[in-house]
Amino acid sequence: MIPLSDYLIVSAILFAIGTAGVFLRRNLITILLSVEIMLNAVNLTFVAFGRYLGSVDGQIIVFFVMTVAAAEAAVGLAIVIALFRHRESLNPEAFTALKW
Amino acid sequence: MPETLVFYLLAGLAIGASALVIGQRNPMYSVMLLIASFGALAGLYIQLEAPFVAVAQIIIYAGAIMVLFLFVVMLLNAPQEDAAEWDRLHPLRQPGIARFGAMLGLLLVVQLAWALIRAAEIGAPVGSRSDAAAVSSVREVGRVLFTDYMFAFEATSILILVAMVGAVVLARREDAGEAEGEER
Repeated sequence: MIPLSDYLIVSAILFAIGTAGVFLRRNLITILLSVEIMLNAVNLTFVAFGRYLGSVDGQIIVFFVMTVAAAEAAVGLAIVIALFRHRESLNPEAFTALKW
Repeated sequence: MPETLVFYLLAGLAIGASALVIGQRNPMYSVMLLIASFGALAGLYIQLEAPFVAVAQIIIYAGAIMVLFLFVVMLLNAPQEDAAEWDRLHPLRQPGIARFGAMLGLLLVVQLAWALIRAAEIGAPVGSRSDAAAVSSVREVGRVLFTDYMFAFEATSILILVAMVGAVVLARREDAGEAEGEER
């Protein structure tokens, strides 16, 4: 049997990769993909703990996280398309109109 | 032990593919690699005896959300990242501040590692305490979802509706309304 800590370590590494992607990348689409990686890392934690504690609640929370991820992707990508129309760029530093 | 071998294989695939998602300059490859990562995670869910989540992972994440991403990447004819000039100009990319950001990132990793080390009785195998049949049955998932989590489930449908309307409004061309008016 695989110990719970192994699942948590995998999840922590995935979450750190996602965070690094959000901070390091200069492409709006890649940043959104990094957010998806972070959401998946959390999902893995939920399922592993659900299995560990013998309850289905973990799996149900994952279902809700997936729904929120779908909504986030739809609205986020719509914003990306709208921004791209204005500036012809996906670099987040091109959008400085609200910067002081 | 084949079970342990499969776990490390899938975990390595998920981590490696996710790291490459961050490493790619071409968003097309990033999306493809993320699909591979999600597939590996679905394998981990099957190993955790959560078949419902595994199938939902493939259908919703790899099937729907990633296709949406691919669609947008192709629609925008996604330009490759041109980071060099921005890096030189941007105040946040100056060495001192960049080092501070890297330090904060390292701090997050240290915190995660510390939390994992400190957590008690975490070395116990997954499933040693639980009744596998009760957790893995899709029927049980459905029963709890439609009784205990009924309100949250209904709220989710409102969320999807709002997101759908929001996406349509945001992605609409600004002159679309005027063009429609002219046609009439």
